[in-house]
Amino acid sequence: MTDITQSKLEQQSKPRSQWLDVWDQFSTHKGALAGAGFFLFVLLAVIFGPYVWAIDPQYIDIRARNEGMSLAHPLGTDQLGRDTLARLIRGGQTSMAVGLTAMLLSLVVGTLIGVLAGYVRWLDGPLMRLTDLFLALPLLPLLLVIIMLFRETLRSALGPEAGIFLLMVFVIGITSWMQTARIVRGDVLSLKEREFVLAAVSIGTPGRRIILRHILPNVLSPIMVSATLGIANAIITESALSFLGLGFPSDFPTWGRLLFDAIDYLQQDPGRVLWPGLAISLTVLSVNYMGDGLRDALDPRIRGR
Amino acid sequence: MFDYTIRRTLLAIPTLLFISLILFLLLDLAPGDPTAQLPLTIPPEVKEKIRESLGLGQPLVIRYLLWLQQFFVNEPLHYLTEITGWDLSGDRQRVLSWQSRSPVVDIILQRLPQTLWVVGMSYVVGVLIALPIGIISAYRQYSWFDQIGTFVSMIGFSVPTFFTGVLLIVVFSVELGWFPSIYDTTHVVDDWSSFLFQVKQMIMPTMVLALYNAAQISRFMRASMLDNLNQDFVRTARSKGLRESTVVLVHVLRNSMIPVVTVIALGVPTVFGGAIITEQVFKVNGLGQLLITAIQANDIPMVQSLTFIFAILIVAFNLIADVLYGVLDPRIRYD
Amino acid sequence: MKPRFIALLAAALLVVATHASAQRGADGHLNIIYWQAPSILNPFLSGGTKDIESASLVIEPLARYDEQGNMVPWLAEEIPTVANGGVADDLMSITWRVAEGITWSDGTPLTAADVAFTAEYCMHPEGGCAQLSSFEHVESVTAIDDRTVEIKYSTPKPFPYGPFVGATSPIIQKAQFQNCLGTSAPGCTDANFMPIGTGPFVVTEFRPNDVISMVANDNYRDPDKPAFASLTFKGGGDATAAGRAVLETGEFDYAWNLQLNPDVLTNMEAAGNGKILASFGTAVERIMVNLTNPDPDLGDERSTRAHPHPFMSDLAVRQALSMAIDRDILNEIGYGSTGRPTCNVVPAPAIYASDANDACLVQDVAGANAKLDEAGWVIGSDGIRAKDGVRLSILYQTSTNAVRQDFQALIKQWWSEIGVETELRNVDASVFFGGDPGSPDTFQKHFADLEMYTNLFDGTDPENYLNTWRCDNEPNPGNGWQGVNIPRYCDPAYDAMLEEMAGTADLDERVRLTKAMNDKLMQEVVMIPLIHRGRVSAHSNSLGGIKMNVWDSELWNAADWFRQ
Repeated sequence: MTDITQSKLEQQSKPRSQWLDVWDQFSTHKGALAGAGFFLFVLLAVIFGPYVWAIDPQYIDIRARNEGMSLAHPLGTDQLGRDTLARLIRGGQTSMAVGLTAMLLSLVVGTLIGVLAGYVRWLDGPLMRLTDLFLALPLLPLLLVIIMLFRETLRSALGPEAGIFLLMVFVIGITSWMQTARIVRGDVLSLKEREFVLAAVSIGTPGRRIILRHILPNVLSPIMVSATLGIANAIITESALSFLGLGFPSDFPTWGRLLFDAIDYLQQDPGRVLWPGLAISLTVLSVNYMGDGLRDALDPRIRGR
Repeated sequence: MFDYTIRRTLLAIPTLLFISLILFLLLDLAPGDPTAQLPLTIPPEVKEKIRESLGLGQPLVIRYLLWLQQFFVNEPLHYLTEITGWDLSGDRQRVLSWQSRSPVVDIILQRLPQTLWVVGMSYVVGVLIALPIGIISAYRQYSWFDQIGTFVSMIGFSVPTFFTGVLLIVVFSVELGWFPSIYDTTHVVDDWSSFLFQVKQMIMPTMVLALYNAAQISRFMRASMLDNLNQDFVRTARSKGLRESTVVLVHVLRNSMIPVVTVIALGVPTVFGGAIITEQVFKVNGLGQLLITAIQANDIPMVQSLTFIFAILIVAFNLIADVLYGVLDPRIRYD
Repeated sequence: MKPRFIALLAAALLVVATHASAQRGADGHLNIIYWQAPSILNPFLSGGTKDIESASLVIEPLARYDEQGNMVPWLAEEIPTVANGGVADDLMSITWRVAEGITWSDGTPLTAADVAFTAEYCMHPEGGCAQLSSFEHVESVTAIDDRTVEIKYSTPKPFPYGPFVGATSPIIQKAQFQNCLGTSAPGCTDANFMPIGTGPFVVTEFRPNDVISMVANDNYRDPDKPAFASLTFKGGGDATAAGRAVLETGEFDYAWNLQLNPDVLTNMEAAGNGKILASFGTAVERIMVNLTNPDPDLGDERSTRAHPHPFMSDLAVRQALSMAIDRDILNEIGYGSTGRPTCNVVPAPAIYASDANDACLVQDVAGANAKLDEAGWVIGSDGIRAKDGVRLSILYQTSTNAVRQDFQALIKQWWSEIGVETELRNVDASVFFGGDPGSPDTFQKHFADLEMYTNLFDGTDPENYLNTWRCDNEPNPGNGWQGVNIPRYCDPAYDAMLEEMAGTADLDERVRLTKAMNDKLMQEVVMIPLIHRGRVSAHSNSLGGIKMNVWDSELWNAADWFRQ
């Protein structure tokens, strides 16, 4: 392990490696740095937060209902007297985990199908008809069927929480890859007729290398946008699912659910809507800036400008 | 390209038949029951009778074939009868909703106006806002315009419509009393004042949806413009001495449209699918509300017909997108 | 009964007297919002509350229940009883007389033939009539002359007021529906959307699941009513939005069923545009115990009487679970003034309500702990009680609904204080109440240890309701999981009391038996009642004449409503 990293480092120190260039470019992008910083902060907060702020997010203190901000409850309490800060932290764990994994899943599936359909001519028809089919499926009945078929099995195999987590990620991922696939395919169709790809083909570059070296880097920006939108989409979809009773148990906070539950209290206690809303928006925003920075950094034409 | 279009259109028929079968199987498999919303005071044996009267006792294949016949033969015949006045349909059974026991297609046609007014308008507005924002943001990357545009569109996308809708109602209906919080679907526009009322009742749902749509489209527009702004052909065009506006709006824009066309083409069928949450929040009662109430009531003929119509639109608009790719980039070839 | 009708008329006259413009249509337009939109105006083909109540503006029964739960003649001259000779001494038949001078909105007279036809329509074997249970044991309905109709029963009926009483059983016009019997019923779209009725309003446009437009009925029997010339009946959205439209923005005059958090509701009322109305019927939010074993390993015998529950079959456990609950706090959080804590499954009408179980109103965590200790359930190292290797770990399910999820969270915490572990689950209402035998999540299957929902009975007589918990009434694979005895309770002593009640017409005896059965169910903790739920609606300050009624349609006296 150490040997490998050692040798890698030696390799990299001589000629300036591509990845170091990428990092250099990334670090000059202020928005991207701020985004990455905030994202890291949220990540650390939701992972280590429960150790710092040790109130149980499910503990009900019935005498402290609907309280505003105070020392005991910095962000106030909800209608059952549960601590909002603790719930925000706990909810963040779930929402971040679901958002990131579901987004990655849908991105991988979408990109794979998009690239294959765009590049391999005989796959285009079947894959795009499959995309049409998935676009046409009504989400709610599909979810009900998936939950009916798999919940009990997953619950007994992995326990209620891990089982539902897997199910949620799968469900969100599998129902949101179509847009990415269509967009990537459209770009690939156009890219593969460009001169540099034709040149690569004519010198006999194998297909896999063409895709990885020439095609993928050039469709990165729509993928980045899809990724940003995907996280927001996953977090919101998760809340909609929980609300329908298809997601996590009801006493299990997530950002989307906190926001949803707070809507009725919009007039009495605006703070309750503000915090989860802010958490979702800022996280999505930070991912967006990171995406922007990464895209610029990976674009050799911009790099070094 | 013409051959390709014809071939794809023909291929769409088996595709759609296959999709309709999958939809039917999915809806049949889904848990739930048309008697779910009845009060518990109605005893189970009565519920069983209701199910039988809806035809649920018959095997799956029969029910599917019956739907196919009703949807593809009886419905068109009925409309031919209405148009021509000849009795072509006889007493052929049309597709009937289980909730209202009335023809599904009639209800869908009844809902179309408000969906097109609100959801359709919001999509048009969304696209009209998004394209310039995306173009300017990319052209002046990291300017204050770009920063604000990014911020607003990210907020627009990450804050769900169930929140923005209620927020607007609380501010503009409850506190200020400017706009109605409940959409009047029976309203008829026949003069200036009724038109003003229509605008008033449309403005909030349209803005909520337009913000959401614009956020998405403008991000793709911006990203794709950025990709192309540094390409060689742009440099060539500039060095030829073309005007900057020509370079950006003709050369760069045209080459950046492919992802945007894809997103818009994917979005148009969802216009007809309605916006479930927004329609619910503002009581627009369009196609989205029709779909969700039908799903909740397990009204299978209604859900099947609606989703199938969406499937037709999805297949059609994806085909249109594919044709447009060829127009935007003549190098793209489908054999 | 007759004096009551006169009193009602007098009351109506009084309203008219105090109300300046006592003229049909003088008060303009009325706006009603139901957040569940009506899909059809024929209650026989739907059965949903929204459909029944919207239809009650147009079509009417022979007799209704008033806001106190008393039967009042509506289209009939009087309520037939054994005393006035309307009900036969052997309880096998009942004879109604239609009041004089009642016409349909098309101007033709209402006759006994219409009444008899209504029965024929609903009892048609292929019609799938949703109100068939009103016609239970009916052998024949015959029109004796133009205004007299006789219903014959196949068994003695101590309570013969099923057919044509209440909003669920209105009279439809024979001339309009005669070609709509049986399998052709669904094809009659026009009749189902625009039934001709005797009520105060006539439908001019019906948009399913959206909006109904109505105007005053020119042929309504009282020439001065209704006060409103037209009305809009809007559907859709959610309860919060409906409440807001009446109480905050004032766009609507009447909003139905505002099941909202009490804080939110009080806040809306504070805006000063309208008032909240609550009225209590028989609805009780309760937790149903599963007395059988829901273990998935049992396959087909899961949740059937073949296997008793490993720990719920222990009375001490059930008692402890009930004792640990603080019903006052639940009510405060979920219902406020629109609910009351209860310890009975038959909380109303008042004569039937027992007070033998009221000890449960006070939370007793210490007592619950003591009870479990005594029964040999010992707290283990994980804080959960166990006995003979059986842990008190509960799966507690309910339908998806904000108030129910708050209840679940609270109750879970109280139970953790007595060493019981709880896993919560909420299921989408359309699946939970759906009864699809293919789904594991229906309330009938009860594949959980406990489940929570609300149930009630129509009208004022609890006999059918108590019959629910008879042996062999439980859902099982044999009857496609369509039974009603959700706890799978079975006790011959209870069934014997039911038999006795079936043959008893005397009201006092029926009250005694009802209380005895209620107490038996409560003391054996077959179910854990929580809240006696009221119906909550709201009206604008300018709308007068409303009498909130839970025993019938809320819009039962819409003819008397006026603008003040």
